[in-house]
Amino acid sequence: MIAIIDYGAGNIKSLQFALTKLELDSCLTTDKQTIENATAIILPGVGAFKDAIEALGELDLIRTIQQEASSGKPLLGICLGMQLFYERSYEDGDWQGLGLIQGDVKRIAESVKVPHMGWNTLSHRQKNPLLSNIKENAYVYFVHSYAVSSYQKEDLVSSADYGGMVPAVVQKENIIGMQFHPEKSGEVGLQLLQNFGEMIS
Amino acid sequence: MLAKRIVPCLDVDKGRVVKGRKFQNIQDVDDPVDLAKKYNQAGADELVFYDITASNENRNIFLDVVENVAAEIAIPFSVGGGIRTITDIHQTLRAGADKVSINSAAIKNPQLIKDAALKFGSQCVVLSIDAKAVSENTWQVYINGGRTNTEIDAIGWAIKGEQLGAGEIVINAIDVDGEKNGYNLELTRAIADKVNIPIIASGGAGTKEHFANVLQKGGADAALAASVFHYSEIQIPDLKEYLAASNIIVRREI
Repeated sequence: MIAIIDYGAGNIKSLQFALTKLELDSCLTTDKQTIENATAIILPGVGAFKDAIEALGELDLIRTIQQEASSGKPLLGICLGMQLFYERSYEDGDWQGLGLIQGDVKRIAESVKVPHMGWNTLSHRQKNPLLSNIKENAYVYFVHSYAVSSYQKEDLVSSADYGGMVPAVVQKENIIGMQFHPEKSGEVGLQLLQNFGEMIS
Repeated sequence: MLAKRIVPCLDVDKGRVVKGRKFQNIQDVDDPVDLAKKYNQAGADELVFYDITASNENRNIFLDVVENVAAEIAIPFSVGGGIRTITDIHQTLRAGADKVSINSAAIKNPQLIKDAALKFGSQCVVLSIDAKAVSENTWQVYINGGRTNTEIDAIGWAIKGEQLGAGEIVINAIDVDGEKNGYNLELTRAIADKVNIPIIASGGAGTKEHFANVLQKGGADAALAASVFHYSEIQIPDLKEYLAASNIIVRREI
């Protein structure tokens, strides 16, 4: 069972529908016990960094997520969920993240339209089972105004080009992030979720 | 590279897709879920659903449509029509929509755009503007399905919309809507030049060349159309092949 952390606003139904199509069991939850018993955790996310980290704080889930991460359980962060895994974000201030991956989050360069909205191509930066059956230059759907800006090179799995290099898929051991929305990225997105599913089975 | 988007638009009335001309002469077209699946398979980049009745008693029928669409397709879609409050937005997103499109309600209450952007993020707040020419290079915003002139300058309203926190703008050119003589390139370009958020052009698509023109000369990031797709006058794979041959970046492998 994959625990999808349901900590507030946004479209998480599509994620559940996508997992169901792939025959991956999931539930929406904020319950610690359910999260601890799950085989994997997905942290979705749309909205503002501050609201999201505060919502996780109010639900008393920050330590739970950190503990599950250090126990080696697979975690997937999608969009803002991925950004929350990092140490800091400078979205309308200076906010502390979950600190599971080294690096920080900054606004996308003003030289391009913000938000980065639409289908963009992936450039693979390493060989990784997460990219199994995902072609170089495959299109995925992005919607975000902030992006990971400093990071460890070895954590970068695939990237997109938008006003500079945008980390798109990252992995640090059991912690995985996707800046785009795999549940909204057609067949390519479903394959990426399936690749995550293979890691946890 | 970021691709330009092709966006079929589905007007939904009491659970069915319909098509009108200049917002009149409404005709039945198809089941929304079947049509959404068809466009998804054909390579549409995104879909837009407008609830054109938007009366309270039909609201739940429409939210069922949203949920059924979300279950069947894995591409983004936005939903508009009758969205007036934060609660409407919350319900629509929870039903599985990725974005909401706000039109008349934003004119009456601009704070709605701001509140929605703060609560749900700019990325899911689309400002939809129905504009009509009042003189050369001057367009004003119409509401209530194109019936009421607000006398608000369309370009100024687009700029204000971005400031309020909208993440995207749909610009519907009422003068050319349903005529199939091409998008309003001047209006689209005038707005694209003034804002730094993505622009979706709407109204007037009749040929593949019209799409190429609005994505290049019009400066649009996406092109929306309804009847040319509903009546299979243009097939999306053919359109994308044509655009790629015109040096426009489009997503072709789905």
